[in-house]
Amino acid sequence: MTETTVTPERPLVVEETETKPGFVGQNVPRKEDKRLVQGQGVFFDDVKRHGMGYVHFVRSPYGHAKIRSIDVARALEVGGVYGTLTGDEVAILTDPFFELSTPPGAHIKDYALAVGKVRHVGEPVAAVVASSRELARDASELVEVEYEPLPALVDGEAALAEGAPILHEEAGSNVVWSGLFDWGDFEAARAEADHVVKIERLHFDRFSSTPLECSGCLVEYNRGTGQWTMYCNHQMPGVGAIWMAPALRVGIDKLRFVTQDIGGAFGNKICLHPQFVACCLLARKLNRPIQWTEWRTDQHTANAHGNERTFLDVEVPVKADGTMLGFSVRAVDDCGAFPRYEPLGCIIWAQVTPGCYRWRNIRVDFTQVVTNKSPVSPNRGYSRMQHLWLTERIVDIVARELGLDPVEVRKRNYVRTEEMPYETPNGCIYDSGDYARCLDIALELIDYDQLEERRRDAEARGKLLGFGIGSTLDSGTNNFGQSTLLNPELQFSGNNEVATVKLDIFGEIVVTLGTVPQGQGHETTAAQVVADILGCTPDDVNVRPGHDTYWNSHAGLSGTYASQFAVTGLGAVKGATEKLAAEMRKLASLVLGCSEDDIELAEGQARMKANPEAALPFMALGAILNANNAGLPTDLDITLNARYMYRPPFELPDKERKYGNLTLTYATQIHACLIEVDPETGGYEIVDYAAVDDCGKRIHPQIVEGQVHGATAQALGAATHEIFAYDEDGNLLTPNFYDYHVPHALDMPPIKNGYIESESPFTPLGAKGMGEGGGAGIHAVCAALQDALGKTVTRSCNPYHRVWELLRSEDRGVTVQAR
Amino acid sequence: MTPETARTIAVDVNGVSYEREVEARKLLIHFLRDDLDLTGSHVGCDTGNCGACSVLLDGVLLKSCMLLAVQADGTSIRTVEGLGSDGELDALQQAFADHHALQCGYCTPGMLMSASWLLERNPRPSEEEIRRAIQGNICRCTGYVNIVRAVQAASGQEVSE
Ligand code: FES
Ligand code: FES
Repeated sequence: MTETTVTPERPLVVEETETKPGFVGQNVPRKEDKRLVQGQGVFFDDVKRHGMGYVHFVRSPYGHAKIRSIDVARALEVGGVYGTLTGDEVAILTDPFFELSTPPGAHIKDYALAVGKVRHVGEPVAAVVASSRELARDASELVEVEYEPLPALVDGEAALAEGAPILHEEAGSNVVWSGLFDWGDFEAARAEADHVVKIERLHFDRFSSTPLECSGCLVEYNRGTGQWTMYCNHQMPGVGAIWMAPALRVGIDKLRFVTQDIGGAFGNKICLHPQFVACCLLARKLNRPIQWTEWRTDQHTANAHGNERTFLDVEVPVKADGTMLGFSVRAVDDCGAFPRYEPLGCIIWAQVTPGCYRWRNIRVDFTQVVTNKSPVSPNRGYSRMQHLWLTERIVDIVARELGLDPVEVRKRNYVRTEEMPYETPNGCIYDSGDYARCLDIALELIDYDQLEERRRDAEARGKLLGFGIGSTLDSGTNNFGQSTLLNPELQFSGNNEVATVKLDIFGEIVVTLGTVPQGQGHETTAAQVVADILGCTPDDVNVRPGHDTYWNSHAGLSGTYASQFAVTGLGAVKGATEKLAAEMRKLASLVLGCSEDDIELAEGQARMKANPEAALPFMALGAILNANNAGLPTDLDITLNARYMYRPPFELPDKERKYGNLTLTYATQIHACLIEVDPETGGYEIVDYAAVDDCGKRIHPQIVEGQVHGATAQALGAATHEIFAYDEDGNLLTPNFYDYHVPHALDMPPIKNGYIESESPFTPLGAKGMGEGGGAGIHAVCAALQDALGKTVTRSCNPYHRVWELLRSEDRGVTVQAR
Repeated sequence: MTPETARTIAVDVNGVSYEREVEARKLLIHFLRDDLDLTGSHVGCDTGNCGACSVLLDGVLLKSCMLLAVQADGTSIRTVEGLGSDGELDALQQAFADHHALQCGYCTPGMLMSASWLLERNPRPSEEEIRRAIQGNICRCTGYVNIVRAVQAASGQEVSE
């Protein structure tokens, strides 16, 4: 047995809840780290094949245009160019990707390359393959494309206007999906209220997590079997294959996805199927391996943005004591040129309909439109972040208008810990949590009791101090049945994840996962769970890095997305390990001549509880079944290779009422911050920041805290600088890390962390999915700016120039109606 | 359009001498990754902003995507593969692992080169100096919190809470 060192935890704010002895709950060293700090990780772009050709996509310079003609002849003349692909070929060789929406969105036709028309700057119209990256890039400039420019549409509300240019003629409208969600009795709430606060317009800006590694793949085509292997960084291969196989007109087993290390994904590597299909077609057409590595500029212009959302005509009925009764809103969501994963974002927000609050009467009129911008894809906090920003804006705007204290008003309206599990007006079950306690910890961390003193001190230095809170829920483990609330025809529901655990011939424990990790440490946490069940150490457990379709350890909804590994992934690992443990006990009992109940697994052995001397090392068990099995009973049905599918307990939601439990777990993040604004310039600095997290049982506290840091950094970037801004012709103004400023080391304030552990009653380990909750940072900064400036903050991203403008503008757009 | 100006260059990378013919327009990072198969250094951008490609060239920290391979002719280069010895981690690499200073690990090779360069010149940097030294390296996963702590630990200092 090898020793595993357990590093002592750094003291945090709250006393550690009592942990069971074992590796779960401990900061064991990460299995991934050694190879990664030595530069020995294998990312897709590290994989090479003999004779491979590099792809470069020819991309649209127009936001909206008809394609008159494409001529690749001159590119093909260049020595070292292997071949090309155009939209005309794609339209013959493939079918359009299926659309999730009902009409009008259902009629949209989306192919691997533009067919007949381009709808955003950067949309691939042709592909050139050559012997080097440089040559492919040069030759692609020789592809002649004749365009007929059309007026571009770069605003979600304008997409709905009469006479607006139509992006997808087949759909006949720019609307993808629309629907009314109406829970409780909003009219009665309005009648009961003492005040109704009305907010004209709030806008959640477009940004994305922009993982440091761009997207890509190396595709090999096996002519003999008709199979494609993609060494890639797709983060949701199960669903990727569901899109790709019908488009390519092949069975799903013809597509093999292989990943090892992935340089971050954050949802942005879910919608890679168009480019992958183009690469598959090229690998088959040119009979050679095809390599595609996206350039950073391409990732920003044409891969995956987060959803941009405008909230109009918000109405909030409020009682005199500050109790809010709900809200109504008209939401316009801009998904860019193609829906792809959409319109799922039109329902995902409903997982957190009332935010952290006890609001019972909520009406949301939701419309999603296409515009001439990059398509969106799920982005860390997907769709819930936009909605939770709305709920937090509502709380702070109402508080400001009615002179309520932002702490008190939250505590009055928060769902209470004694109400857990709490059913929301639309039937979601908040499993556990204590929001008020998390808030108290956050306040303590930033020394809230000294707020007024610090305000005076800032004023003395000519600065405006602002205090803000952001409360969020990170809902995890989707019930895919929510898709049927958008489109009753869809055949998705529940959720699943698979793992296999086997005992190999030399006693090695080998685990394969269906998930596709991108830095979340799945190898490590899976090994912790296995070690505790089998009575060994994480070092004895070999978790294969990455994903491979051929391992057969995945299911249709497999992947790493939507805050769920600690529930679904580890649920599958636990199930598979328990199955294996039972088989190991059974085999040992046969060999040792006792009953299974007399056997325990400990210290890498199966041994008799009463007589630990009577023991079989794991190696003996592995060898007996795999290589030395003569004499075992013929009816012994064990394989020492257990596969388990974890399925969370979900029902189909009620389509009529749009009602039901849409996610299994709700982690909490309550953030609080202090900022100082320079009124002369609009520049501001975050001077104190606290993030309090509650994700139930923490399997590996260090990994949890790392996720909190990272998600917070992304939120602070989104709150302060990161916007995908377009000009009126549809040109992206922030197409790279030069113009699109993500936080660097000097931009980050010190982050104070706190946590509590409200275990989930619904999950195998009491853990909840987490990692997406950083949106709290956006809400907290908006609240702090509003406090500092004394002006209503109506945008999610507030760079210095916007703050400067806000300081000099009239405060408009909010009215209070007394009843 | 295709430059026919290939040239033979000689470089020393992590103590190994290489002589290769390269196209004049090839970036040093692509030479390291594609021609020498030293894939530890990464590419995260196309504007010189991310630092994933950082290496030491004749002892000076630089971004290998901002240099042509031919410009490196005759130099001695150190990449992440050259840290530590005999497969063992050096103190900085170990501190990165101990303090969970990496998640996906994509920025890590560049971070390690920037931090190594800092520690060579300044064995006990302040937090501000550490942040300044890695200012040219983008990490999208960690918020830099644990990276700063790891560099503090590697230099024998107390880590920030
Ligand atoms: S790849 Fe060199 S700085 Fe980004
Ligand atoms: S660890 Fe992922 S980019 Fe730094």
